[in-house]
Amino acid sequence: MRALLTALRAAVPFVVIGALWEYVARSGALPPRLFPPLEEIAATLVRLTAAGILPHHAALTLYRLAAGFAIAALIGVALGMAMGRWRRAEAFLMPLVAIGAPIPGLAYAPLFLLWFGLGDMGAIVLVGFVSAFPVTLNTWTGVKAVKEIWLRAARAMGAGERRLFRQVIVPGALPYILSGLRLALAQAWRILVAVEMLAAVPWGLGWLIFGAREFLDTAAMLAGIAVIGAIGLALENFVFQPLERYTVVRWGMMSS
Amino acid sequence: MRALFSVAVAALLYEALARSGWFAAALVPTLPAIARTLGSMLGDGTLERHAANTLLRVFAGLGLAALTGLVIGFLMARYRAVEAFFSPLVSALMPIPSLAWAPVFILWFGLGNVATILIVFYAATFPMLINTWTGARAVSPLWLRAARSMGARGTRLFWKVVVPGASPFIITGLRLAFQRAWIAVVGAEMLAASAFGLGWVIFDAKEFLNADIMLSSLVMIGAIGYVFERFVFGTLERATILRWGMLRTAKA
Repeated sequence: MRALLTALRAAVPFVVIGALWEYVARSGALPPRLFPPLEEIAATLVRLTAAGILPHHAALTLYRLAAGFAIAALIGVALGMAMGRWRRAEAFLMPLVAIGAPIPGLAYAPLFLLWFGLGDMGAIVLVGFVSAFPVTLNTWTGVKAVKEIWLRAARAMGAGERRLFRQVIVPGALPYILSGLRLALAQAWRILVAVEMLAAVPWGLGWLIFGAREFLDTAAMLAGIAVIGAIGLALENFVFQPLERYTVVRWGMMSS
Repeated sequence: MRALFSVAVAALLYEALARSGWFAAALVPTLPAIARTLGSMLGDGTLERHAANTLLRVFAGLGLAALTGLVIGFLMARYRAVEAFFSPLVSALMPIPSLAWAPVFILWFGLGNVATILIVFYAATFPMLINTWTGARAVSPLWLRAARSMGARGTRLFWKVVVPGASPFIITGLRLAFQRAWIAVVGAEMLAASAFGLGWVIFDAKEFLNADIMLSSLVMIGAIGYVFERFVFGTLERATILRWGMLRTAKA
């Protein structure tokens, strides 16, 4: 009963906005092609999903996201660990990371498309490159934040370098690494949608909405945006929260 | 000194790659070529004009976003009904990347400034709104009670206690909003600007395989972002929350 009431209350703003939208769309003040009523957007969503077009676009976008994110996670964690452990690596890499990180990722997009070609390769490399920065910086901070006393205690109990790394440093740095990965995934998602518009890849949600512009198909664009929003929300809520619960929260390093 | 060393090594590596002949010179121009292009674009004022256009769009979008975020954020923190109305909307709209709206805005408003500014606005509003909202709720109830017992009411309470109390969050929000806006404007200019703007230059140069122009405006984009992050927001922080002694509360 309580939950139902909360859900109902959360639905109110959407109903209000939806009604406003519907009113404007039906008033005839704006051309319906540009401002379609809600049921047309919903019908387009259903039609595109049933035809398998929308799932195909989404699958390719997710594939690029996964590939780019995997590159970012691997490179970012490796570089961050190296920077956190070795002074030399830190002194050498830090200025480069500091210069590269603040440049908006999309500014590199055309360059990467030139270098790696339009299509999958350019998009994946760009997403990987751009989202490697938050992972690197957070991993580095995390390794640095491992308490000195834990290291000394583990050494005193006879842990070798390897065990020290696996059983003290990695778990100790994990809360930071996970928050870096979370930031990276959010960033990767935003960049990827934009890159798909720029790169004119044959499939992908970004391309779906950008391509629909050519046909003045606003309903398809809004349906695509709804899917993009839903995936973004799902990535945040269903990927990282469980991962955090199973690792750092369970180990008592972070409260849920 | 150390920083210079690693930059020099990276530059040397790049230069070796550019001169190796493995890649077309148009795609991977040498550093002197990039420097020359940068110099001539700065010399005849084109790069400055593009930068001015980009900055104008960022500030228009950021200004609107700051205003919207502050007003709605404070109202949400003050009134339950406003909070109940906006908070589901915010959580539904926030995960949509601002650039996903680009095609829709282009259709509705055409290529040009309006679409670009709206994209920037969309990107920058949420960090501003969330931080204002959080900041206003994080004002210590003790301060509110103390101010009330000393007779502060209404507007006075708001301006003298709530606003300064929320300011560390608000400044952070503004900083985040600028970062988001800066990313969004580059993308928006690539997709939606009809002429002028640093993002547009990069995208336009791709058509002609002018990698040196692309890299030159990349340098400009990086430099402007750096200046803002370092100097503008650093100064703003020093002039407000650090002077008011608020930063400790923000960190705690």
